[in-house]
Amino acid sequence: MKKKMNVTAESSWKEVTPGGVITESGNAGDFRTGDWRSMKPVWNSEKCKQCLMCFPVCPDSSIKVCNGKMEGIDYDHCKGCGICAKVCPFDAIDFVEE
Amino acid sequence: MAYNLKATTEKPERLTGGHRMCAGCGAPIVVRTVLRALKPEDHAVIGSATGCLEVSTCLYPYTAWKDSFIHSAFENAGATVSGAEAAYNALKRAGKIDHTTKFIAFGGDGGTYDIGLQSLSGAMERGHDMVYVCYDNEAYMNTGIQRSSSTPKYADTTTSPAGKAVPGKPQFKKDLTQIMVAHNIPYVAQSAPFKNFKDLYEKAEKAIYTPGPAFLNVFTPCPRGWRYNTPDLFDIVQLAVDTCIWPLYEVINGEYKLSYKPKQKLPVEAYLKSQGRFRHLFAKENMHMVEELQQEVDRRWNHLLKLCGETE
Ligand code: SF4
Ligand code: SF4
Repeated sequence: MKKKMNVTAESSWKEVTPGGVITESGNAGDFRTGDWRSMKPVWNSEKCKQCLMCFPVCPDSSIKVCNGKMEGIDYDHCKGCGICAKVCPFDAIDFVEE
Repeated sequence: MAYNLKATTEKPERLTGGHRMCAGCGAPIVVRTVLRALKPEDHAVIGSATGCLEVSTCLYPYTAWKDSFIHSAFENAGATVSGAEAAYNALKRAGKIDHTTKFIAFGGDGGTYDIGLQSLSGAMERGHDMVYVCYDNEAYMNTGIQRSSSTPKYADTTTSPAGKAVPGKPQFKKDLTQIMVAHNIPYVAQSAPFKNFKDLYEKAEKAIYTPGPAFLNVFTPCPRGWRYNTPDLFDIVQLAVDTCIWPLYEVINGEYKLSYKPKQKLPVEAYLKSQGRFRHLFAKENMHMVEELQQEVDRRWNHLLKLCGETE
């Protein structure tokens, strides 16, 4: 994993930013939570009707929508909760073992 | 502009993936939706009371927030964000800032119903232009599912364990939304991530862009603490609103407006059965407790209907 802000568990106190401030916004995106998965959502583009219901329900911002179109799943961050698969009205997302 | 789910997907994502909330947690779903209601060009200062959301979205050296985020303590999210708002106004008056910044505090039920209630009350009473959003998951989940004043009666938690001596939490849930209504602030609403998210998105938009203080109380399932399978989150929300356990409504300048009336009001049993924390209620000797919960839900729902000028 990429170490951001050059601060790691091994860093000395001198390398820690004053006040514990995180100077980069939204850098949690560099942290992969995808390896938490035991189950995996699999999107089936032929079945997808582009209703976008899967988009707002994802706790991990892992439904990739570009220009109003569902384009797939961000497996770097998806934790495999299965909410998107259950919510999809067209059964276009399978939920399978990782 | 009328609500359009597709249009909302085109707004920037202000909470990134890679945060450490549990798989299937309701809180980031609520937060993402509230933040989508911001105008893309507006800045935001966000503060959070101690809780799952705070510790899991901002783990040094990572933050999942694209906006400025302030880590505060359990009891002072209201005070912290209201102070930031006051500083912004002073800088704006001095001509040192020209962009628009909105102020949002998030707190769980522990940080809002219990520990942060006084600072929330103060911030609302002082009239700051801010929104306080409670993501209500009905217990102290972060520290291991201890009961809060928001935990529903008879729920099994680690400090109200269901067993021979007590059948879960002995007290009813506090009605915080009504307490906030009593502050006579311009906007108070109760919402949930629901259907196509119109309810939560529009209420967040109103809360953020109504000048002055606003409060949103949002139903937020917790798979770990409530004990259900993660994919079922939206079934549980649907049951909560269809049983009227969690009514959706708003109060604009003191005027009540019901947002959702179930076509068919379901018995509370349907909701209670969906979660492990209520499982003990279905033992034969405990069935009268289900009846008692039903009566209380009906009493509160009928009262709300009256306030909203609706009749059954
Ligand atoms: S919910 Fe299902 S049909 Fe709708 S956009 Fe997502 S995958 Fe496609
Ligand atoms: S399984 Fe859960 S985390 Fe993964 S994309 Fe679906 S809703 Fe998001």
